Amino acid sequence: MGEISEQVNQKNALGWAARDTSGLLSPFTFSRRATGEKDVTFKVMYCGICHSDLHMLKNEWGVSTYPLVPGHEVVGVVTEVGSKVEKFKVGDKVGVGCMVGSCRSCDNCANNIENYCRNYILTYGAKYYDGTITYGGYSDVMVVDEHFVVRIPEKLPLDATAPLLCAGITVYSPLRFYGLDKPGMHVGVVGLGGLGHVAVKFAKAMGVKVTVISTSPNKKKESIEHLGVDSFLVSRDQDEMQAAMDTMDGIIDTVSAPHPLLPLIGLLKSNGKLVLVGAPEKPLELPVFPLLLGRKMVGGSNIGGMKETQEMLDFAAKHNITAEIELIPMDYVNTAMERLLKADVRYRFVIDIANTLKSSS
Amino acid sequence: MAKSPEDRHPVKAFGWAATDPSGDLSPFKFSRRETGDEDVRFKVLYCWICHTDLHSIKNDWGNSTYPLLPGHEIVGEVTEVGGKVTKVKVGDKVGVGGLVGTCHSCENCLNDLEIYCPKLILTYNSIHTDGTITYGGYSDHMVANQRYIVRFPDNLRLAAGAPLLCAGITVYSPLKYFGLAEAGKHVGVVGLGGLGHVAVKFAKAFGAKVIVISTSPSKMKEALEHLGADSFLASRDPQQMQAAMGTLDGIIDTVSAVHPLLPLLSLLKSNGKLIMVGAPEKPLELPIFPLLMGRKTVAGSMGGGMKETQEMIDFAAKHNITADIEVISMDYVNTAMERLDKADVRYRFVIDIGNTLAATKP
Repeated sequence: MGEISEQVNQKNALGWAARDTSGLLSPFTFSRRATGEKDVTFKVMYCGICHSDLHMLKNEWGVSTYPLVPGHEVVGVVTEVGSKVEKFKVGDKVGVGCMVGSCRSCDNCANNIENYCRNYILTYGAKYYDGTITYGGYSDVMVVDEHFVVRIPEKLPLDATAPLLCAGITVYSPLRFYGLDKPGMHVGVVGLGGLGHVAVKFAKAMGVKVTVISTSPNKKKESIEHLGVDSFLVSRDQDEMQAAMDTMDGIIDTVSAPHPLLPLIGLLKSNGKLVLVGAPEKPLELPVFPLLLGRKMVGGSNIGGMKETQEMLDFAAKHNITAEIELIPMDYVNTAMERLLKADVRYRFVIDIANTLKSSS
Repeated sequence: MAKSPEDRHPVKAFGWAATDPSGDLSPFKFSRRETGDEDVRFKVLYCWICHTDLHSIKNDWGNSTYPLLPGHEIVGEVTEVGGKVTKVKVGDKVGVGGLVGTCHSCENCLNDLEIYCPKLILTYNSIHTDGTITYGGYSDHMVANQRYIVRFPDNLRLAAGAPLLCAGITVYSPLKYFGLAEAGKHVGVVGLGGLGHVAVKFAKAFGAKVIVISTSPSKMKEALEHLGADSFLASRDPQQMQAAMGTLDGIIDTVSAVHPLLPLLSLLKSNGKLIMVGAPEKPLELPIFPLLMGRKTVAGSMGGGMKETQEMIDFAAKHNITADIEVISMDYVNTAMERLDKADVRYRFVIDIGNTLAATKP
């Protein structure tokens, strides 16, 4: 299938790809399409490593095709624009997140929630309109339809902004949609990783009181002193959890490993909302009585639409919000994946593509 | 020395209660408090049998105290009011639902959501502020604080209106709160029993398009012809379920047996809501991907506050909505419970307390 892609496309590209379910990445040359009339072509400067990349590399969701070039937190500088492109010009700093296409005609697309379009096209590992497989941002160049490109505000540093394109929008969108963004509200964040730490930053900027709920007591000092969290709950400490029952307007749950929902539902006030943004592979147990007794709800959320992604970046610029990152060279990526599996990162790896991709190959 | 139920309070009362988890009900003498300043005392005319009563008398939820006198959809006629009662007067037709006391000061109470008060006192099987157990409506009279009394409009038939005090508010409240009570909304109702049939009636009155989802294909004719549902889905038919995927704004799920959620989540549009009003004893399996991929939610809802209960009764009177009932005599109650257990009723039993209780007094 990879070979068919290369015949149809016209731009030489270099990236790192996995060839099989071992997920091990190595240099990979391929082609990208010529810049179409609505396309924006940009030189990739940085790409964030999302936990989804790890799931996809190992085909844990059963949908991966190989070779797989991951990367959906991509930032760079525009080098070429198509003749009908209106929003961008050469030299602009831009980004691409998890989507590069959608049907553009359904109700969801018409309402700026392309992320809920039945036919949305993922940035990597998906079939594009022209039949080719999409390749992501662990590569030197991207060609993307203007509609799915966002502008990176001038004042935001590119490397630490890259993770906002997935992690950022993934937590920003439900804070807004589920109404957990009102000053004075109390919101819990479960898990202090890539998603969790950005959720804390956004929620604090919205004027919300934030409690982090984590299995790792050693994250407490950092979260309070450095991230400005208001309080910290060790989820395995029953006394702490009990004392916090019935105190939260909402919870953003970023954990994708299987975990019990009952204690989290207990933390919610009446009408409280538990929002899942992590994606456990297997179903979780849902106790129904606690939902009834407090008119509580469990909802999901998946990234955000393009309009909201731009809004999120503008909000981040206004409040000086970026991710906490560890910048790595391309050839460190397999080690980074091993460390990510053990959650050994504070809090997102970002690959320094522009400076290290070519030399690693 | 603990007082017997007959002596605990000054006013003698009579009803039927269960004395153990067999759930068998039998005549029971007890007592009620005098009419306080804010109290309304009324002679019970009808009391509806709720599935919750069946769970309670058999101690299915492990929290029953015996003797247990059920009944929380009670209607009757006022016989006495306290000095500070302004809401109703002697002779008025009134009802009491699932609650008879709350703290009056928490956020929920202050926002007309007394049903979610952590200090909620239920109409039966609950400890009242004076330390005594509350006894419900399978009895000759009730006394309750005026806050928990609902006025019955004259044009609402008492017997058929009684079930609205639980079933009615249980489905009315989430239809409104979750934005499904609007013309043009496409609403699913799972289960066509006491709650389900009333949900169909309310949703239709709001102008929604209603689809009944049921395991019993035999209920289709009834759902379409008698209740006015717009369509019917046999939930065990994969083709029908597939064809309806992504079509519903919301679903009111009245089923309390354990059942799969995935097929129901699939029926929802993006941003759709699956609202549980039945209470399964065991946790259900919740698949997460469908929630994420469609920004869907699963929520719970339980009854409603007093203000909303009155609003619901007034709405029902305006739109001629009542429950479909089978009126029974007091001494039929144990047989009725057996039939309820097998869902052999269309759609709710109502005990004709006013005409048949007294005759059972030993």
